[in-house]
Amino acid sequence: MSINRSIRGALMPATFAVFAAMSASAAADTLTIGLSAEPTSADPHYHNLGPNNALAKHIFSALIEQDAQQLLAPGLAETWEPLDDTTWEIGLREGVSFSNGDPFTARDVVYTVCRIPTVPDAPSPFTLYTNAIAGMEIVDDHTIRITTDGPAPLLPNHLSTFTIISASASGAEDEVAFDAEGCSGLGDTPESQAFTDPDFAIGTGPYVLSSFVRGDRIVLERNPDYWGEEGAWEEIVLRPITNPGARVAALLAGDVDMIENPPTQDIERIESSGFKVSSGLSNRVIYIALDQGEAPTPGISGDANPLQDAKVREALAKAINREAIRDRIMLGYSEPAGELLPPPMFGTNADREAIPFDEAAARELLAEAGYEDGFQITLGTPNDRYINDGQIAQAVAQMWSRIGVQTDVDAKTFSAFISDRNGFAFSAFLAGWGAGTGEMSSPLGALVATRNPDAGLGGTNFARHSNSQMDDLLIEALQTVDEEAREALLQEASRVVMDSYGIIPIHYELTTWAMRDDLDYEARADQYTLAYEVVPAN
Amino acid sequence: MLVYFLRRLGQSLIAIIVMAILVFIGVYAIGNPVDILINPEATQREIDATMQRLGLDRPLWEQFFIYFGNLLQGDFGRSFVYGQPAMEIILQRLPATLELAFVALVIAIVFGIPLGVIAGLKPDTVLGKSIMGGSILGFSLPNFWQGLMLILIFAVLLGWLPAGGRGPTTEVLGIRVSFLTWEGLRHLILPAVNLALFKMALVIRLARAGTREVLLLDYVKFARAKGLSERRVITVHVLKNIMIPVVTVLGLELGSMIAFAVVTETVFSWPGMGKLLIDSINLLDRPVIVGYVMLTVFIFVFINLTVDLVYSGLDPRVRAGMRNE
Repeated sequence: MSINRSIRGALMPATFAVFAAMSASAAADTLTIGLSAEPTSADPHYHNLGPNNALAKHIFSALIEQDAQQLLAPGLAETWEPLDDTTWEIGLREGVSFSNGDPFTARDVVYTVCRIPTVPDAPSPFTLYTNAIAGMEIVDDHTIRITTDGPAPLLPNHLSTFTIISASASGAEDEVAFDAEGCSGLGDTPESQAFTDPDFAIGTGPYVLSSFVRGDRIVLERNPDYWGEEGAWEEIVLRPITNPGARVAALLAGDVDMIENPPTQDIERIESSGFKVSSGLSNRVIYIALDQGEAPTPGISGDANPLQDAKVREALAKAINREAIRDRIMLGYSEPAGELLPPPMFGTNADREAIPFDEAAARELLAEAGYEDGFQITLGTPNDRYINDGQIAQAVAQMWSRIGVQTDVDAKTFSAFISDRNGFAFSAFLAGWGAGTGEMSSPLGALVATRNPDAGLGGTNFARHSNSQMDDLLIEALQTVDEEAREALLQEASRVVMDSYGIIPIHYELTTWAMRDDLDYEARADQYTLAYEVVPAN
Repeated sequence: MLVYFLRRLGQSLIAIIVMAILVFIGVYAIGNPVDILINPEATQREIDATMQRLGLDRPLWEQFFIYFGNLLQGDFGRSFVYGQPAMEIILQRLPATLELAFVALVIAIVFGIPLGVIAGLKPDTVLGKSIMGGSILGFSLPNFWQGLMLILIFAVLLGWLPAGGRGPTTEVLGIRVSFLTWEGLRHLILPAVNLALFKMALVIRLARAGTREVLLLDYVKFARAKGLSERRVITVHVLKNIMIPVVTVLGLELGSMIAFAVVTETVFSWPGMGKLLIDSINLLDRPVIVGYVMLTVFIFVFINLTVDLVYSGLDPRVRAGMRNE
């Protein structure tokens, strides 16, 4: 890059040099970040999706925060204690005020929980996290008792997923209540669009909204009255640059100070140009699901479904060389997986290593199962959703073919892939799962629990895996409020699934950020980019 | 004349309706937007409720008739992603695209015509041949590759211009424009050049062919014989006469620059309609996709209709054709 610098120095006319100096001095107080996806709204309760949730955390605060490892930490709530199986007492932080000066009280919390189901046209509502709440009793301005339908050990995790808005600024009445008859005193609840107006987006977060120009930029200014540690930047500019090449170019050209998700193949170039890359384990596992439903199954020759046999699944799991995928395709930015969530997150088994690569054992297992000549299979995969997803599937297909399982890859854009997958069109597919709650019941409940829409289990179990032992453990865990007992149950449930190769984990993605070398950012497991946690490097 | 007008109007309406059906079915076939939009952790209950709220639980034909009925009343539906009227979202992005297209058009004309005339006047010189060679590159290099190269050279290596985005905007008559500030202009240069390169190559070829043809005509010979300066011959007699095909083609090309700046806007993160279209396709935001395509169809049908009517006014042969029918 020194050559580039000298070219730049030789060719840059004086005016540009002067301008560059001006913008460099302005940059001291402004942090500009290139986002890989644009938040669809400034309303924190409109769309439950990573980019929106990350933006919301700048302007608003949640009762309970998740740290970089998604462990729960005090936010607007300082304490949360179960009084019995269905009642929780939440102690709120005192002396917190909204950015318009109003004090933060229990009324705002009740209002927020009541407002969530009323958001019009929400494409992905937060009701998922509030459904279990049956009532909220305001004990005093800073104490709330929450009652739930049945035991809800995940309530603190769920309270960490949404942020609190101001009841007064949203037009609530003086008395807001949530009792057996439901919510009352809400007044006219606001439309999502209203939050694009900085005067309406009133929160208790470290920054306040300054402007929201869709497709172009979101500008935030420091909130001088923030209750926590003050952010390092006077102003934050978030620019959606969805094209990865354009995002890298913007960083290299100095347009932005930091970018999300640089493509793995560009990381070497970014680092050699004098920038820094921060990476860390995410909560996202890349896995292969194998259809264990009725025979015949699509994409496999013959009338039988060999995937119902645990030995065949074990053979396919052991035929995958996870280290090679990490080194050659992910260029080091992944970690081979042995479970659905990386340790040390809640409910994982720290002693559980990645499934070892053993081609000879895989062949033997196939022979034992009666498939010494192998069979044919089609592996479905998206090619634009997860990091290098299409290439991973190609590599797996070759590895499977080497043990005699002739594999074709059916790679599609995510929207087309997901339609096919949800229609059970694949006997084997590659996909990813990020645990929003940051604990084991999320992947177990969604991916491998027996499909049961009424109980909200197995929603993404398109492999139709079913193991009653695991189901019992999981359901018991979801009823157990005691943390230690629940963790033990989840660990056991995970072991049961992994021992029967009910699902084949490949690796955990490492999330990466690239930035100027005088900045620091601690990688977050939830993959959120929180600009207020970016600090100048020492 | 009136009959001709009504018939053309009727044809245009049929074109619009057919497009509405094709686009709606095409987008419907890609997949279920809720699968993309909803958080994967959502339960079946939430998924069903969301499908119902967005009207996606109804059969295709019913969705289409609801959509089409609203369309007749000028309602393009609400965006699934943003929850706002789709047309409002599209029109918010229109000024950025128009600005880009017009600046690109100016670049194409200001550079393309002189270069084309020079190439036409001196076809066998090194200069003339290099201009033509350059225009072949402008034609044949893919648009996105040109864009990436512009970014690599002028933003990354030289550091002269920003790599993307729109920069600060100023409000003029209620429309936000960026060409009035130096910083805004700096952001505008690269994407406008990227969008202009192909059109510039087109203008160069048209101007060159026109110049070579006109130079051989009697009135140019006569002007020269009269002793007029070469400068006057070229600027008055040649230039005026080659402008007719150039203007006709550029008028039509402007429409396509507005409608299909998709690649340039994506490469340069330019917040215009094209980038909105790509983002909406990725999120299966059906009302915005269909709204955008309908707007494009409408623009093209309108331009074609106007052109046909103007021709019939200008060209006696077209009018004669109408009477004979």
